Amino acid sequence: MSELTGKSDLTRMTATEIASLVAGGETSAVEVTQAHLDRIAAVDDRVHAFLHVDTEGALAAARAVDERRAAGEELGPLAGVPVAVKDVLATRGVPTTVGSKILEGWRPPYDATIVQRLREAGTVMLGKTNMDEFAMGSSTEYSAYGPTHNPWDLSRIPGGSGGGSAAALAAYEAPLAIGSDTGGSIRQPGAVTGTVGAKPTYGGTSRYGLVAFSSSLDTPGPCARTVLDAALLHQVIGGHDPRDSTSIPQPVPDVVAAAKLGATGDLTGVRLGIVSEFVGEGAEPGVMAAFRESVDALTKMGAEVVEVSCPTFAYALPAYYLIAPSECSSNLARFDGVRFGLRVGDDGNRSLEEVMSLTREAGFGPEVKRRIMIGTYALSSGYYDAYYGQAQKVRTLITRDFTAAFERVDALISPTTPSVAFPMGARTADPYQMYLADLYTIPTNLYGGPGISVPCGLSEGLPVGLQVMAPTMADDRMYRVAAALESAVGTFTPPAL
Amino acid sequence: MAAISREEVAHLARLSRLAVTEEELDTFAGQLDVILQAVAQVGEVAAADIPPTSHSVPLTNIFREDVVTPCLTPEEALSGAPDAEDQRFRVPRILTEDVAS
Repeated sequence: MSELTGKSDLTRMTATEIASLVAGGETSAVEVTQAHLDRIAAVDDRVHAFLHVDTEGALAAARAVDERRAAGEELGPLAGVPVAVKDVLATRGVPTTVGSKILEGWRPPYDATIVQRLREAGTVMLGKTNMDEFAMGSSTEYSAYGPTHNPWDLSRIPGGSGGGSAAALAAYEAPLAIGSDTGGSIRQPGAVTGTVGAKPTYGGTSRYGLVAFSSSLDTPGPCARTVLDAALLHQVIGGHDPRDSTSIPQPVPDVVAAAKLGATGDLTGVRLGIVSEFVGEGAEPGVMAAFRESVDALTKMGAEVVEVSCPTFAYALPAYYLIAPSECSSNLARFDGVRFGLRVGDDGNRSLEEVMSLTREAGFGPEVKRRIMIGTYALSSGYYDAYYGQAQKVRTLITRDFTAAFERVDALISPTTPSVAFPMGARTADPYQMYLADLYTIPTNLYGGPGISVPCGLSEGLPVGLQVMAPTMADDRMYRVAAALESAVGTFTPPAL
Repeated sequence: MAAISREEVAHLARLSRLAVTEEELDTFAGQLDVILQAVAQVGEVAAADIPPTSHSVPLTNIFREDVVTPCLTPEEALSGAPDAEDQRFRVPRILTEDVAS
């Protein structure tokens, strides 16, 4: 224990360990926070996980936790633990850009519900993490503020859209982070950085204060280096929020107990289904090898593993790339240069419409423009039935595939991504190739259930993730399976930066 | 055959209030064509009698209790505005002179 309590090692600890040391007075929240701020100062010029580091705010929050402890107050399970927050969530007084020039310099006058819950729990927000602009992308290369680098290999992508949050964890800049998952933006970055990323059940975490991309799919959730840490964070941020009308009015399943149960390494009586469509020729051999070894490990722990076919999953990607752009084209209409953010070309002569068009042209990057136009196309009369309407019907069939599968098995498993982290620049010239990175994560979003990516091995020295998908509001099941796998394969440490 | 022409992309850009450049139009026309041809695969699924799903949570008409809660001050609400005047968002000209006269 003595080596663990050394200040230089505070950044290597899990959130669970940090919280316990702070609660026991063996270290202070200020010491923990300063250690992480020092780490950010040392490595983030190479990783670029953060868009904004809130040094003063973090230290003030840490001091408040230390004062509460000194006053004998009962602290929550994550009090004093630093958290990095994806720049998609509104943070009062702290810049929120959603990776876009159109919101450069915006300081929201309010906190997102999740941010408010993080503050109330005594966690310490270090800053805001980099992301693909408006959460549209799979590599963080579409950020208007430059890409994030994968700590495992700085020449490779950290996944996206939440590459900043995942990279911050893998680079030991933060023990916990918040992401948002519309088509895989928590799970895919988790997979390619060797970290844990969980997409809760849609409606299980509040969207109030989350900059909207695709409102029927957007789901904020926890990112961590261990399954238990992710579960603890999930418990803090989850639960009903009257300010989000799609928030489910039910308690969060006991994901912490499930993670602890899974960590015992016993999966007796648990039925798991491998999605047949996701273990074919689409995945890299190294990814499949790590996945197969993990299936063996899950079987050894007592799980009964079968293959389950979900035939309409093959159409999830095209359906998603109609539904999400359609919702985005509507949602992003609010960026009109009137109430917040950029305004370009207002010379006193130009009309509102001209200023709006110039503002949006200057403020949005290429991928955002592509999606707005695809959505506008899919929703236009004449194309609506063939594109958006048909995609919504496919969504129904995908949901039916999930429902039928969950009559046979407790949870579904697959690789999280078809490939390990690809080199930067490899897919930016071909937008559709970029979309394929989300092939295995998208069905869950269309269905609305929970999914988690947990590190399961390495391929050519790079991390591979295994995805567990569970029925709606059975988030606990995926944590149990993920924690069991983690207990068998361990965690993975990137080379020193 | 192309799914979408350069002229159609220009029309979409206008509808989307994006003052795209000629160079962007060249790039986007090709890219949107690839994307639209790929997503058109949804048409292969026989789904004529399948109801659409717009949302995974079957909740409708969610109302909160009719109680007064704190809200933003006018200053806070206007704090991010590019231009404001007399506690209002100030916008560029909306009406043309022809219409105004």
